[in-house]
Amino acid sequence: MTPKRTLATAGRVLLQIRNDPRTIALLLIVPSLLIGLVAWIFDETNVFATIGPAMLALFPFIVMFLVTSISTLRERRSGTLERLLSMPLGRGDFILGYTLAFGILAVVQTAVAVAYATLVCGLEIEGSVWMLFVVAIADALLGTSLGLLASAFARTEFQVVQFMPALVFPQILLGGIFLPRDQLPQVLETIGDWLLLSHAIDALTAVASGDEDSGYIWLRIIFIGCWILGAIIVGSLTLRRRTH
Amino acid sequence: MMNNAIETRGLRISRGSTMVIDGLDLTVPGGAIVGLLGPSGSGKTTLLRAVVGVQILAGGSVNVFGQSAGSASLRHRVGYMTQQASIYDDLSVRQNLRYFARVQGAPRSDVERVIDCTDLSEQADRLARSLSGGQASRVSLAAAMLGSPDLLVLDEPTVGLDPVLRGDLWAIFRRLAEDGMTLLVSSHVMDEATRCDRLLLMREGDLIADTTPEQLLTTTGADTAEDAFLRIIETHDAGPSYSIGGRGGRSASRSRPRSPTHLLADGKSLGVRKKGPQ
Repeated sequence: MTPKRTLATAGRVLLQIRNDPRTIALLLIVPSLLIGLVAWIFDETNVFATIGPAMLALFPFIVMFLVTSISTLRERRSGTLERLLSMPLGRGDFILGYTLAFGILAVVQTAVAVAYATLVCGLEIEGSVWMLFVVAIADALLGTSLGLLASAFARTEFQVVQFMPALVFPQILLGGIFLPRDQLPQVLETIGDWLLLSHAIDALTAVASGDEDSGYIWLRIIFIGCWILGAIIVGSLTLRRRTH
Repeated sequence: MMNNAIETRGLRISRGSTMVIDGLDLTVPGGAIVGLLGPSGSGKTTLLRAVVGVQILAGGSVNVFGQSAGSASLRHRVGYMTQQASIYDDLSVRQNLRYFARVQGAPRSDVERVIDCTDLSEQADRLARSLSGGQASRVSLAAAMLGSPDLLVLDEPTVGLDPVLRGDLWAIFRRLAEDGMTLLVSSHVMDEATRCDRLLLMREGDLIADTTPEQLLTTTGADTAEDAFLRIIETHDAGPSYSIGGRGGRSASRSRPRSPTHLLADGKSLGVRKKGPQ
């Protein structure tokens, strides 16, 4: 693994996205449109103040999960991955390259979404905006690393898209957006408390409300970080130079 | 100077429960165009993947330039062009090659060299998605040429191309070989046999002839390579002691005799083949 090859891979992934203006537009505009829609739905109530931060956690995670799992699957199917692995590219170069590229993308996406949510929709962020970005990036990298992992278990694009409802929807349902987690049935509350997305949602809500100290937020970021690391390690094991 | 570019000993490769290649001994000399010919499904791609080092082996060994195939130091010396054009659709030709050059550790100037060499200057800034099949496969070839590897492994590079483009590609291969590169080129178009320096004929995972284009025609008495190939198959199926080219035991040829009935059972018996007495 070399920095040169990791950076080359990250640059190549970003270049692919740059060559696809429609994807960039969707990536940057859709989160803001949906946040605006939610703010509009809950106009005249204070619900948006509660679930607004959680919405900010959803997009980097979902979008990066989908984008990564599909692009990695494409690499596997188009033969480019086989070509790369027959070249002097480390498996770490490949995975970190993707992680880096999508991490950068997540920063831009979050910046647009946060700007829209705060300036246009009136969402108030009491805590540090920097902290908000740290959580959003961790969130996006989680999506990226899980997407890499998911692509290893999918043979077709159809399958990989099905991983979204299978892995992501339960986390949204139990994450406290629809109903605060402490109002869920006991079993579901316990499950929800341990889900990955819940940690991101809790951290972002804490940043927005400014109620908790930074230890509370960092604990959740570290929890997410451990999962990112685990998923990357398992994911790199699924990239084999030799296959049947 | 290494005499042999590729050596396999007792190579065995399985796909599922089927032995696709079962005990292959092969020697490929350096600095030549070696054609690997055989019908679809004869195990050409599997053998090429083993040479590149991306194939899981069930047994035996593959050495390239004296080192175990796929070892880290060989990744700089072996260029591989897969059967489908393995390039990024959403990058331009030049962007594709720049990325592969950085991964290969080739100098940036190499990109223009391979674009020139494969006659892609006009398409260099077009997205790979918009290229014709022939152009895309030339990009794939250009990528394999980056860093001037000592061995180029090309899996059916001319498949689906019109005769003019095919001729162009073979002219490129010839130039590369003249520069001292070893090329292992697979094809199921028998006519292409005449363009090679050496020929390896494969059938059902077995090497049935190791010869040269001239010898192929003279020993079989056929007019075309296609005809010669059919005659070899007939002879091969009829008796186990057939050896073409009079190269004796020195070069790669079938390593073990087998009974005609064994072969007549065709693909069906692949899974139950046993190693015969030497």
